[in-house]
Amino acid sequence: MNTFRKKRSGWGWTVLLSLLSLGWVYPIIMIVLNSLKQERAITTASTFELPTAATFNGLVNYLKAIESQGFLKSFGYSLLITVSSVVLILLCCSMCAWFITRVKGPFSRIIYLLCVFSMVVPFQMVMFTLSQTADALRLNTPFNICIIYLGFGAGLAVFMFAGFVKAIPLEIEEAAMIDGCNPIQTFFRIVLPILRPTLISVGILETMWIWNDYLLPYLVLDIKKYMTIPMLIQYFRGSYGRVEMGPMMASIVLTVVPIIIVYLVCQKYIIKGVLAGAVKG
Amino acid sequence: MEKATKKYWPLFVLPTLGAFIIGFVIPFAEGIWLSFCKFTTVNNAQWVGFGNYSKIWLDNTFTQAFAFTAVFTVVTTILINVLAFAVALLLTRGIRGTNMFRTVFFMPNLIGGIVLGYIWQTLLNSLLMLLEKPLLTLDARYGFWGLVVLMCWQQIGYMMIIYVAGLQNVPLELLEASHIDGATPAQTLFKIKIPMVMPSITICTFLTLTNSFKLFDQNLSLTGGEPAHASEMLALNIYNSFYARAGAQWKGIGQAKAMVFFLLVVIIALIQLRLTRAKEVQQ
Repeated sequence: MNTFRKKRSGWGWTVLLSLLSLGWVYPIIMIVLNSLKQERAITTASTFELPTAATFNGLVNYLKAIESQGFLKSFGYSLLITVSSVVLILLCCSMCAWFITRVKGPFSRIIYLLCVFSMVVPFQMVMFTLSQTADALRLNTPFNICIIYLGFGAGLAVFMFAGFVKAIPLEIEEAAMIDGCNPIQTFFRIVLPILRPTLISVGILETMWIWNDYLLPYLVLDIKKYMTIPMLIQYFRGSYGRVEMGPMMASIVLTVVPIIIVYLVCQKYIIKGVLAGAVKG
Repeated sequence: MEKATKKYWPLFVLPTLGAFIIGFVIPFAEGIWLSFCKFTTVNNAQWVGFGNYSKIWLDNTFTQAFAFTAVFTVVTTILINVLAFAVALLLTRGIRGTNMFRTVFFMPNLIGGIVLGYIWQTLLNSLLMLLEKPLLTLDARYGFWGLVVLMCWQQIGYMMIIYVAGLQNVPLELLEASHIDGATPAQTLFKIKIPMVMPSITICTFLTLTNSFKLFDQNLSLTGGEPAHASEMLALNIYNSFYARAGAQWKGIGQAKAMVFFLLVVIIALIQLRLTRAKEVQQ
């Protein structure tokens, strides 16, 4: 009696949803089309026009975006910040979560409650003091901003890891300890491999956040020296005077396309990560 | 075992705790303290008591931003959840191409707020021009609906994924039983499916409420609060108090606003969780 879900509906819905899907990706297609046009053809009045033989510009905008606007540099900084922060968060927070779940006491309880509490606090509440603290401690370069991200992102990560550690049967760890593992070996050889799916989920959630984050790096980093991709795009659009629209569109495409490729490749994990993250509500 | 592990706390807890103190505890505590001070940096703060809090209302931008944010939050929470649920219902009916549609609808969620804002600014301004209407930054009504459209585009896919998972967990026996008892599709929806996915509804309304209420990037990039702060939301209003106003008193006022903002977020989260948790069905 699987008829309730396996029953195939007619093609009507498929056609309707296909049209809706086309509409859904249209904004991205529109940007791609505009990125191929010459500067004079990218105006508010002509956004919807397709590139023609007269206005087609090849990849000139892309070359400009990469060469003159420092796109590659920003891409590099974004990548560095995201990778270093996510690795640090996964390692430190899983260790911390395991410890506070396994070693009971007021110390563990306080850390856990603070982590839960920090998830509710909006960034605006701490943005000024956080950027001042980061400056005072010289944590204001792409090479060590990961410590700030570890601190501000610890709440969600510790909370999620703690939830999954609770589900691991204690007997496995006890057996390892009796066999002579010290806590470090127990954690890295036994607990961490079991936590693998959770590591992927938390990693994806943190990556989505840090890669796209604008305000934290904007306030912490020295904008004259270092720009992440969101900072770069905001900088060009927000600056006064004439904005070169072609390279701008190309930059947006170059930002969006890698995300879409990663998404299409790891879709299964990303959707799992979202669902695991949603349980926290 | 606990005892053996306990000794290792510097290794396991200290890195996270240290960073957490730097990245959250100190800034948060300082933030509370500074909301009662006049300051331009952390080091030159002068205690002024509740002075900052009374000055929040000096100009009407904060109340205006609050009204804008409140209406925006209500509209987007309802729209996103209703539409996401409708799409989720469609995608659990075995329609051909379901996986592809799911992929497409979820995609915008991965794009950052700043980039999203500019994509939609380009699109909507061109559309408004074709319709011979004022551009986004010239009329706050269009700015408002532009933000709503953008937010729906970004969030519907995310919420849909959660609803699809919820709907797939509804026990088949329940659906079969209602079918045998002669329930109409509408009755099945309202009497069985919706009560059974109440946990998903709790999560999704919580996420959409807080996302909308705390919105910043999209607001900054789509309209930047134009015209004349009329499309400014709370987070952007606080940001502007800190960084866009001349005068030594504004940082203190900004921090006091941030404090009010934080308390509002806590209150909304608590009320919302209590309201929808009460409606959940025990399985």
